[in-house]
Amino acid sequence: MGVKVKIPAMLRRLTEGEATLTVEGATVAEIIDNMEADCQGISKELIDSKGEIHRYVNIYINNEDIRFLDKLETSVAGDDVISILPAVAGG
Amino acid sequence: MYKDIIDSVGHTPLVELRHLSRNPEVRIFAKLEGYNPTGSVKDRIVRYMLDAAEKSGELEAGGELLESTSGNTGIALAMMGRVRGYKVTVVIPENVSAERVQLLKLYGADVIYSDRDKGTNGAVEKALQIGADSRYLILDQYGNEANPRAHYETTAEEILAELPDVDVFVAGLGTGGTLMGVGRKLKERRKGVRIIAIEPHPEEIVDGLRSLSDGFIPPIIDLDLLDGKSVVHSLDAIMATRELCEREGVFAGVSSGAVASCAAAFSEKMKSGKIVALFADSGWKYLSSGLWTLDADELGDSLKNMIWW
Repeated sequence: MGVKVKIPAMLRRLTEGEATLTVEGATVAEIIDNMEADCQGISKELIDSKGEIHRYVNIYINNEDIRFLDKLETSVAGDDVISILPAVAGG
Repeated sequence: MYKDIIDSVGHTPLVELRHLSRNPEVRIFAKLEGYNPTGSVKDRIVRYMLDAAEKSGELEAGGELLESTSGNTGIALAMMGRVRGYKVTVVIPENVSAERVQLLKLYGADVIYSDRDKGTNGAVEKALQIGADSRYLILDQYGNEANPRAHYETTAEEILAELPDVDVFVAGLGTGGTLMGVGRKLKERRKGVRIIAIEPHPEEIVDGLRSLSDGFIPPIIDLDLLDGKSVVHSLDAIMATRELCEREGVFAGVSSGAVASCAAAFSEKMKSGKIVALFADSGWKYLSSGLWTLDADELGDSLKNMIWW
């Protein structure tokens, strides 16, 4: 099993071009750790030196920004889909 | 009676949407910003930014303005620049609706395109490069305090005057000006009010960015002011926009569809209360895209990868 993680184009150099990974883990933090094992360097693309999500990165579970859930400790299960995206402006 | 067209900005209708709520105890109201003179919420912030720049002396008679935009801010600036005698140049991504560019040109703006695969972030970057030429003044909607202040002093006041017991405010996140300005005022006046941001899913629009760190969070955004943030796919937003027209008779732009669908979903999470959803523009600028006329399965990639916000 595992949870689907959607990878943005600018990180696919770390995933051998894969746009979607299936990763084991009960929280977002665990999922990122497990991704790091296969895709070295992906963790620091997402998380800063203080252990927080970079300001310019958005991580969503099923369309909800995890900053407003339990951040990296947000739990994930079953059919959840995690999306990683750059912050985008408009106006 | 207004002294000129710029003076008529604001005072937009707040309209109940009677079919949208999924909870009989929750009422949803839309603030229809398409009723502004150039057809979007951006008239409010451009008026405020111009007034501030004139007052500070940064902007003098006959000055030249440069701004990056996905459309609406540029259109508002082009119109107001014409009325007040400023030359306006905008940087805009190639993949916006034809009407956005037509409106910019009819109001007399010079249009410079940025790469389609870098989204609005690419327009911001390009405007900064061009703006190094000191003849331009960049008002910078992403960093200008007059942007949220316009909403703090006008949009929020209008909402509170008509609906002082608002419980939830939902709006699109572009510069963050609407959410910050309205959010701050509502939180001062109404304990427990929740501020929810809706973002467009960038789809493949930003595949041309080199790295995630090219992601852009406007300096005026304070994420701590928000209580929730959701992302909406373009096709879902388009279907919701059509539904608004079919069920409520409200002809709105695509970001409004996204905001409406999130307001409807949020009504299910509430016991009771009132939601205000801000609809940033109306549907006129999107007619040529086929948004209302194409079959759902024809909407496909071309509409998915246009910039709608």
